[in-house]
Amino acid sequence: MTLPPAFWTYLKVVLLVALVPAIVGFVVVLAERRLMGFMQARLGPNRVGPQGTLQGLADLLKLVTKEDITPSRAEKAVHSLAPVLAVIPALTALSVIPFGPPVRVGRTVVPLWVADVNIGLLFLLAITSIGVYGIILGGWSSNNKYSLLGGLRSAAQLVSYEVPMGLALVSVLLMTRSLSLVQSVRRQEAMHLWFVFPGLLAFFIYFVAGVAETNRNPFDLPEAESELVSGFNTEYSGVKFAFFFLGEYTAMIIISCVAVTVFFGGWLPPFPNVKALEFLWQVPPALWFLAKVAAFLFAYIWFRSTFPRYRFDQLMALGWKWLIPLALTNILLVAFAILLTPGWTTGLVWLGWTLGVLFVLAYLAAKLRQKLARRERLAAEPHPVEG
Amino acid sequence: MSDGVLLTGGAGVLFAVLAAVALASAIAVVVARSPVHSALFLLLSFVLVAAIFILQQAEFVGAVQMLVYAGGIMVLFLFVVMLVNPGVTRSEKSFQHQWDVAVVLLPIFLLPFLYILGTEKLPDVPVKAEAFRMVGTRVVGNTEAVSWVLFRDYLVPFEVASVFLLVAMIGAVVLGKRSLEKMD
Repeated sequence: MTLPPAFWTYLKVVLLVALVPAIVGFVVVLAERRLMGFMQARLGPNRVGPQGTLQGLADLLKLVTKEDITPSRAEKAVHSLAPVLAVIPALTALSVIPFGPPVRVGRTVVPLWVADVNIGLLFLLAITSIGVYGIILGGWSSNNKYSLLGGLRSAAQLVSYEVPMGLALVSVLLMTRSLSLVQSVRRQEAMHLWFVFPGLLAFFIYFVAGVAETNRNPFDLPEAESELVSGFNTEYSGVKFAFFFLGEYTAMIIISCVAVTVFFGGWLPPFPNVKALEFLWQVPPALWFLAKVAAFLFAYIWFRSTFPRYRFDQLMALGWKWLIPLALTNILLVAFAILLTPGWTTGLVWLGWTLGVLFVLAYLAAKLRQKLARRERLAAEPHPVEG
Repeated sequence: MSDGVLLTGGAGVLFAVLAAVALASAIAVVVARSPVHSALFLLLSFVLVAAIFILQQAEFVGAVQMLVYAGGIMVLFLFVVMLVNPGVTRSEKSFQHQWDVAVVLLPIFLLPFLYILGTEKLPDVPVKAEAFRMVGTRVVGNTEAVSWVLFRDYLVPFEVASVFLLVAMIGAVVLGKRSLEKMD
């Protein structure tokens, strides 16, 4: 018996919509709190269930049973609409992510993506750009000055950082020659090259812009607790607050998934063309994908406990004066690398090596500068014992 | 999927629904009392128009409509609307004080429009939707087809238009800067 293809599509949609929020609530949030606890030399939640594994359940119960308060002079309809607008685009964007190559179930071949749209990357950018309305409208409809300021900040931030993000992805399009995310992975497989190497600059720009787009540290200005109470979500409680939370974390997952797909070879194992590493193919491709996404989520959490928050003017300066010019230069670099060398791959490999060497040199230079500055400072200060 | 540009079957029904809601929300933009509500209805109509583009297999135009209008320009609209204090106009009974002029002007504009709509023959051979996805004889994605048209067939007008936009942008910056200096 073969089931109609539509059945599999519906099944995948249901699984995504059911599983992703569950993973967010039970795994990502717990991992974040425990990891941040570890990094800040404290325990984190470890009471509910063994090692705090059931903390998600406790949080869920708390959020659901909490009273749902709407401020008396709030815009009721918009106030309720905003959390929905924050979640739906994020969940919709999951539909074009290829989690793995098609798998065989019985006699049918089921692809591990809901849809392979031929405008994949554009679709992602378009859908995620709708998510900003949740934040702006949430901030405005609460009738609270702090919320409004948070909403306005986020509007400026998200519109600014969408530009470098799109431009960084343009240079990947030059390598892929397709907007489809599935094609992107297939192309990396055919070229034996993860696009992170020729696209090193693009990847950094994309990831920094991605962190800013998801309002995470060090770019979490829309909800800067110390300045804005909690920013756009101050007046939200209960399930509506949970929706904002879910939207933010799903957006994080999507940024990670796209980074893995277009830069880190999607479901491919590391160095897929090296004979000695062929045993890595034994691991199911979807697991490689999930492991890479998990690494990105770890980086997000790591960032949060490492970096201090940017000031608003610094944030704008970074986006407009650094990332956008850098992204435009990078497009030219990649285009020349492809045009000036015979064949499609040669130039990209050369570009990868050049960028890699430059990156290492820049890192060493920064280290050296840091060391010299430290020596100078120590020389200038009187010795603690003598002084 | 349909054969031509005119949609039939399920796609036709979907088109009718999307178009009706898009028109209704476009009317709501003008009728709504609160500027923020107007902006939201405008957003809804942008999104629905994007959906209609996608229904017509012009997925690139649909995505750009979402990205540029719904995701970019509307955010700036809302930004401005939220900064200027909205809600003041809500106490006024009506925004329109030109009913008499409108009644005179409406038939002058509407009748020729209806006349054209009534007499214009739709092409006998339906334009194939495929025409928007062709480069020469190759069938490609809508994105590639649009880019060939923009960067080969109409390269000069396209570049001229972009220079115009650049001039407008520089002009806006200069104007904005001058007024800031005056305020100091």
